[in-house]
Amino acid sequence: MNLQEIIRALDLQVLTKSVDFQSITPSCGYASDLLSCVMAGAAHKSLWVTLQAHSNIVAVATLLELSGIIITEDAKPDQETINKANDEGIVLLSTVKPTFYIAGKLWEMGFRCKPVE
Amino acid sequence: MIPPLIVERALENSIDLIAITDHNSTLNFTSVKKAAENTSLVVLPGVELQTREDVHVLCLFDTIDQITEFQRIIDSHLPDLKNQPEHFGEQFVVDETGEFIRREEKLLLSSTSLSMNKAFSAVQKLGGLFIPAHVNRKAFGLLENLGFVPTDIAIPAVEISRHITPEQAYHLFPQIKGYPIVQDGDVHRLEEFLGVLTFTVAEPSIGEITMALSHSSGRFFTISAPNNTI
Repeated sequence: MNLQEIIRALDLQVLTKSVDFQSITPSCGYASDLLSCVMAGAAHKSLWVTLQAHSNIVAVATLLELSGIIITEDAKPDQETINKANDEGIVLLSTVKPTFYIAGKLWEMGFRCKPVE
Repeated sequence: MIPPLIVERALENSIDLIAITDHNSTLNFTSVKKAAENTSLVVLPGVELQTREDVHVLCLFDTIDQITEFQRIIDSHLPDLKNQPEHFGEQFVVDETGEFIRREEKLLLSSTSLSMNKAFSAVQKLGGLFIPAHVNRKAFGLLENLGFVPTDIAIPAVEISRHITPEQAYHLFPQIKGYPIVQDGDVHRLEEFLGVLTFTVAEPSIGEITMALSHSSGRFFTISAPNNTI
């Protein structure tokens, strides 16, 4: 499942500049608001769901080369964070829905982790 | 804790300087300050702020005017929830003898909606000091919640809990390399005074302490080994 399909199905707002979302296929999903857990637990190229909007999320996503971050509960990163994400090529997506809903919807849509190669 | 007992116990522990840093609240500072009048103990106003990221930060100031303004900012960023004493405990405001004045009705336990960056700016604008608290702790510690120290704000130092030494902290958390470490008692009970942090400064003020944190202009600080085992 590619990012374009996910953005459309979940009605996500794209905060960073538009890229070819069809070409991005997240490897897996991960949900946590503790960045130390994300650094230890999120898979390479995965899609991260969190309500943290602090600029450190961009650094974590860059470190793990995540496919994108869905920021839930309408938590809005500041403009500097968005600029940093654009510089680093990290996709930031926003929704008013809570993490539970987003993770549930993704699962319902059949979004699963790709088997490890 | 009753203000006169806080003062008494601090002095018994040969402590010269304390800061009152209740959770999201500055309401009991004046009482402790008054209780310390005519003693050698210096009491600085402060607060342990809980940011939107669930990170605890020590915000320290010099004057009542500063914390009055900061309390106003905190209040406007706290959710409008009432405390439920049976679940969360009482939130008493007391006088300098420890006599009950009133209950704070608003729940102080929750996170404010102030982000780290907004809180930092507010504290800086007021002339205060912004030190992430007990950064090594899993609960409400900066490193657990945000992974590493944000580099877009000029954090002057980080605080560690009583459970580890600065050397252990630098070893366990290489991401705090380059940041001065301070260690305080985080005193919630009278027996928890630690007294390991010593500032060598011209006077006990935020300006002087800030210089001491960066070891500049002849000011400095040291952390000695704890003399208790709590």
